[in-house]
Amino acid sequence: MSYQKLLGVFLAVIGIFSLMSIAYGQPIIKIDGSSTVFPITEGVAEEFQKAKKGAVKVTVGISGTGGGFKKFCRGETDISNASRPILKKEMDACKEAGIKYIEIPVAYDALSVFVNVKNNWIKNDCITVEQLKKMWEPEAQGKITKWNQIDPSWPDKPLRLAGPGADSGTFDYFTEAVMGKAKSSRGDYVASEDDNVIMNAVIRDLGGLGYVGLTYVIENKGKVKPLAVLNPKTGKCVMPTEKTVMDGTYNPLSRPLFIYVNEKSAKEKPEVKEFVEFYLKNASKITKQVGGVPLPTKAYEMALERFKKMQTGTVFGGEPEVGLTVEELLKRETKH
Amino acid sequence: MSRKINSRPDIVFPIVGFLAFLMVISFLFTLIINLFIDGIEKIKDTSFYTSFPSRFPDQAGILSGWVGTLLVMAGAIFWSLLIGIPAGIYLEEYATKRGFIGKIETIIELNINNLAAVPAIIYGLLALGIFVYRFKFGESILTAGLTLSILMLPVIVVNTREAIRRIPRDIREGAYAVGATKWDTVRDHILPYSFGGILTGLIIAASRAIGETAPLITIGALTFIAFLPPSPFTSDFPFISLDKVWEVFMSPFTVLPIQIFNWVSRPQAAFQVNAAAAGFILLILTVLMNAIAYYLRQKVRRKYIW
Repeated sequence: MSYQKLLGVFLAVIGIFSLMSIAYGQPIIKIDGSSTVFPITEGVAEEFQKAKKGAVKVTVGISGTGGGFKKFCRGETDISNASRPILKKEMDACKEAGIKYIEIPVAYDALSVFVNVKNNWIKNDCITVEQLKKMWEPEAQGKITKWNQIDPSWPDKPLRLAGPGADSGTFDYFTEAVMGKAKSSRGDYVASEDDNVIMNAVIRDLGGLGYVGLTYVIENKGKVKPLAVLNPKTGKCVMPTEKTVMDGTYNPLSRPLFIYVNEKSAKEKPEVKEFVEFYLKNASKITKQVGGVPLPTKAYEMALERFKKMQTGTVFGGEPEVGLTVEELLKRETKH
Repeated sequence: MSRKINSRPDIVFPIVGFLAFLMVISFLFTLIINLFIDGIEKIKDTSFYTSFPSRFPDQAGILSGWVGTLLVMAGAIFWSLLIGIPAGIYLEEYATKRGFIGKIETIIELNINNLAAVPAIIYGLLALGIFVYRFKFGESILTAGLTLSILMLPVIVVNTREAIRRIPRDIREGAYAVGATKWDTVRDHILPYSFGGILTGLIIAASRAIGETAPLITIGALTFIAFLPPSPFTSDFPFISLDKVWEVFMSPFTVLPIQIFNWVSRPQAAFQVNAAAAGFILLILTVLMNAIAYYLRQKVRRKYIW
């Protein structure tokens, strides 16, 4: 290699390094956890860094809710994104490491069950949780293959299902809400981590039925027919929309998303405290921008109050619960 | 009889072979063209390369991704060559295969070939235990480089040995005849002559490693990171600060495949364009890396002909 070429390479390398001229040694806020909460936290982190003009760095990872809590309870992260409340064994791990946390709901996640647009046999386009259970429970595997096996008024057409694979948080939540037990589902359906694949399976198939996150269905309006779900508490059919998720009537297929803040970080690192307050003030706007469903304004105020009081612990006893409104959650006493 | 067979035109295999070759090439080109068409909007947009990730697809860029990928790959190549070449030379030139040590050598030799088939995520878990928790390197560029280098090692060792084996015996004997020690022979003959083959191994290994996501997510690579490692260059003599070089090694990072993975899973269609563009850039990086190695290899080959 000639010296001119070597010089060229050398200059190119220097060019790359000098691009990285942003100062270091600044405070860093470390966040990890659920990929469902990621887009919202990413948006807030982006705005926060802009507002602070780069004086504070924020990093966000996607280890999943469980992976995030593992790091959080070892004290490696300041904030953990979670698409479900902290579980008993995670609470124990945190307690053992002496880590206290503040549980803050930040947005809603909602599932939408949908069928082919030409499907006209479901009355009022409304389905009940019992009917969904009949279709999806593990006992249905290989047995429930026709629509009229669920409801005799439905036609004798093959029923073909599509949904997220077992690694997905959406899968966990659907099985929890419908079967009453997380990860309990039949296995003979089109399973994919790619929402597009699930949707295409139903678009192509008159007898198809699938479920994905509500955001995805709203973004792809008109391609499939979303179904209303009978609310078991009120007995009314409710269509999944932003409004019905926010007022808590679309139930039980919507759930709150959380961030867990390390109490020590919040007390000792002013930037973490500032970040969380910034989060709660901007969450509504940013959640909408990334296609999620924000909490009611009142809930953000209540959450901010809880954070300012540094009220630690969880309102869940380490058990997943389904169908609570966020106001109910924020009124509850926390447990440790 | 035999005349009749031989008079058949010798074209069957060339046709089959050509079709097979065409298939391989068309897969590759379909992929590249597809990515290019899907991502063209972003590929020609220069701000795509100088922007950090964002929740708005039109503002999102791959700056932290490509810088991270380059730094991690530089580390991975450095470590895997540093460990892989001596290991290959030892197994080929020094290993005696006798006695107790010989037994250990044979076991290691057998396992090096098996290691290449271990799923990448297993290496990620290993690295999490050793580099992140035991050595306390944290979730850093250094850890990522080391992790990918273990992934690359088996391929590098195997290729180094192959390259050494191709060197004619006469060359070693000639060197010994004029009084060279074993190390002299390795340094002046074996190493330079086998350099081309070693580079081939490096290409294969690095092309695999550059697209890895699973082991890096395991060791804690980030997804959103809107800053770069600090610049190690200063304005005063000696123009480079060792403290800051260390800072670069210990920086948190993301890489292109993780960025792509994240964008593909977004509901908004506009993010798919970003994912395609980033995929195309990753391919270009791989091709570029291979081109450099190919160029070096040709240079070496032309220099040593026996």
